[in-house]
Amino acid sequence: MSLTLLWTDGLIWGLIAALAAWGRIVSRSVQVRRQWMQVFESKVAMVSAIVLLFYVLLALLDSIHFTQQEAGQGLQSVLDALLAHLATVQERTYSAPFALTEYNRTLQTLEDGTVAMLYQPLQHINPAASMLWESGKALLAGLLIFTLATAVHLLWRSRVNDVSFVAQARAVWQGRTQLPWKTAYLTVLLLLLAMSWLYQLSFSYHVLGTDKVGGDVLYESLKSIRTGVLIGVLTTLVMLPVALLLGIAAGLFKGWVDDVIQYLYTTLNSIPGVLLIAAAVLVMQVMIGNHPEWFSSTEERADMRLLFLVLILGMTSWTGLCRLLRAETLKISQIEFVTAARAFGVSRFTIIGRHILPNVMHIVLIAVVLDFSGLVLAEAVLSYVGVGVDPTMHSWGNMINQARLEMAREPMVWWSLFAAFIFMFCLVLAANLFSDRVQRVLDPRSQTS
Amino acid sequence: MLAYIIRRLLFAVPILIGVNLITFALFFMVNTPEDMARAQLGAKQTTPEMIAAWKADHGYDKPLFFNGEAPGLSKISDTLFVEESLKLFVFDFGQSDSGRQISADIYERMWPSLQIALPTFVIALVTNIALALLIVLFRGSVLDTASMMVAVAIMSVSGLFYIIAGQLLFSKIWHWVPISGYEGGWDGLKFVVLPVVIGVFAGLGSGVRWYRSLFLEEINKDYVRTARAKGLSEIKVLFGHVLQNGLLPILTGVVVVIPTLFMGSLIMESFFGIPGLGSYTIDAINAQDFAIVKAMVFLGSVLYIVGLILTDISYTYFDPRVRLQ
Repeated sequence: MSLTLLWTDGLIWGLIAALAAWGRIVSRSVQVRRQWMQVFESKVAMVSAIVLLFYVLLALLDSIHFTQQEAGQGLQSVLDALLAHLATVQERTYSAPFALTEYNRTLQTLEDGTVAMLYQPLQHINPAASMLWESGKALLAGLLIFTLATAVHLLWRSRVNDVSFVAQARAVWQGRTQLPWKTAYLTVLLLLLAMSWLYQLSFSYHVLGTDKVGGDVLYESLKSIRTGVLIGVLTTLVMLPVALLLGIAAGLFKGWVDDVIQYLYTTLNSIPGVLLIAAAVLVMQVMIGNHPEWFSSTEERADMRLLFLVLILGMTSWTGLCRLLRAETLKISQIEFVTAARAFGVSRFTIIGRHILPNVMHIVLIAVVLDFSGLVLAEAVLSYVGVGVDPTMHSWGNMINQARLEMAREPMVWWSLFAAFIFMFCLVLAANLFSDRVQRVLDPRSQTS
Repeated sequence: MLAYIIRRLLFAVPILIGVNLITFALFFMVNTPEDMARAQLGAKQTTPEMIAAWKADHGYDKPLFFNGEAPGLSKISDTLFVEESLKLFVFDFGQSDSGRQISADIYERMWPSLQIALPTFVIALVTNIALALLIVLFRGSVLDTASMMVAVAIMSVSGLFYIIAGQLLFSKIWHWVPISGYEGGWDGLKFVVLPVVIGVFAGLGSGVRWYRSLFLEEINKDYVRTARAKGLSEIKVLFGHVLQNGLLPILTGVVVVIPTLFMGSLIMESFFGIPGLGSYTIDAINAQDFAIVKAMVFLGSVLYIVGLILTDISYTYFDPRVRLQ
């Protein structure tokens, strides 16, 4: 067994590390700490942040890849290993959630030689399992994990606040803490119970049914989380440096630099987004098709395509933020403290680092959280159009694309679409609610009204 | 006025040249004519002669940017880039891979696109503004909070869901309208209703939120306080003053979209089988027909720039403070 680092894995872990470092630096400032406390004071923001955290954790679990030479299996992630009982099994075709047999009758020869249309039983389920007993076990396990987690968290909070464990617990229970920890605990409890229930039952049933080729829908939906989160997060990583650099340069240096940068983003902006993405992805597809020797495995190829898609999305989406940053920099560079700094002979780079950057940071943050949900939704549409991620990759867009004709079947097959939409909806809703709160707290304009 | 429009049109030329450079770089440099020839001729034994013949056949046999063999100024002009760009500027998009004239196809497919996009646009605009005004009227109440929550929920659902669910409910279960199809004129109304309704509903969440925040910004201004101080009713204040003054920022976002309505919607048209420009583009993407995609990219940017110019002109009509120089 050896660890394998895909390109996107490296980027996402690098991003996490960078975020942690940035958080440490910023949290030294009292104002910033107070602002973030204010964000989380809202119960809605707390709940949505926890939901987002669960999605990100699953995506991160799916971003640690290793190869097992002895087992003869290809590339696997930690999530694959956890869901090994789902990853390897394959039914023959459709089956409904919790079903014991296939969804449609098939022609079969019975033992006495007669031919009949029968519902064939599924192979990889355990009909002997008692639903009640399994559910009880799962809920108990969920409760146990929750108790442990809350105990650790309560202990930490009581140490920080310098009160006894019991006093801290009572404060949380009565809702006297500054942050809504009670709501947070409740969310975590519900999520843990739901997840452990799904996980435990997935050993005995196909909880969300199987798709056309017999793959487990729950497994597919869980694997799709990584694609969605990665596209939402890494695109901002690509777009941020470009937007920051060009936006601040245009606003600060003015003159021909400003003209060139304005020309650049007007040009890019005037091309319809979807078409530019489609054109770029098409060209990339042909390039990859012409050079099959570049990649050693399908996973690597799919990963490279994802990276390209992220790059292309980043290249087409920096213009909006760049324009905002340019305007804000223009405004800030007229204010006295910048003029004073310039008069003292402070170098331009120091001015940018010390005066401009901290003052435009709220715009950047708001743009990042606002873009995330849009990008997750865009992935589905792009994959539907055929210019999204690799068709072999698990993604909600691919799931919808493969299942879009299933509604027209008689009887209807609804669970693939349903699962994809629900998983996507929870992520996007949480992101939208969270970004609303961030915008309300960080945007100085929204506080006056 | 005329001088201003001409100047704006001239400003558009460098941008269009930039657009051309980007598409050219994408389609010819990253993916050279040799690659295209090889992909078109099939992977097995392509001789250099066959590739050269294919390139000559499709008019791709010139150098990309610089022709060293040509005399004088035509060192630059006798190249693939200049030739391709000039063709685009007179809207000669050439032939698609299936041998049809792209310009004729676009002209033919423009109208079905418009038949869906225009009603969607108008109805969505009116509904969004009306609902936003209504919510602003009840601002700070339970209705405000509840409708904002509904708006966020509507925004968070993938547009694909609305289409699939709409087709399922209205066509398959209730049989109100046909699932998909297209017919010109008034007979086609039954095909138009569902896409329009779905299009309006899918945009409701973000639209209402956007207009609500616009009106809320307006409502704190001094002239509104004056209007209230004169004793005007809240409804008169909203419709007589806030709506009128709020139209200006609305104009910026709205006028720029109007020309691009011709382009249609990729997803809608492919789901509902409407033979418009959106489904044309999707088909081209799936068939990897570069000529059509290139033409659509160029057309899209031209329409966007036209929209920008129209926005500026419309400002001079609606806002007397704006003067053209």
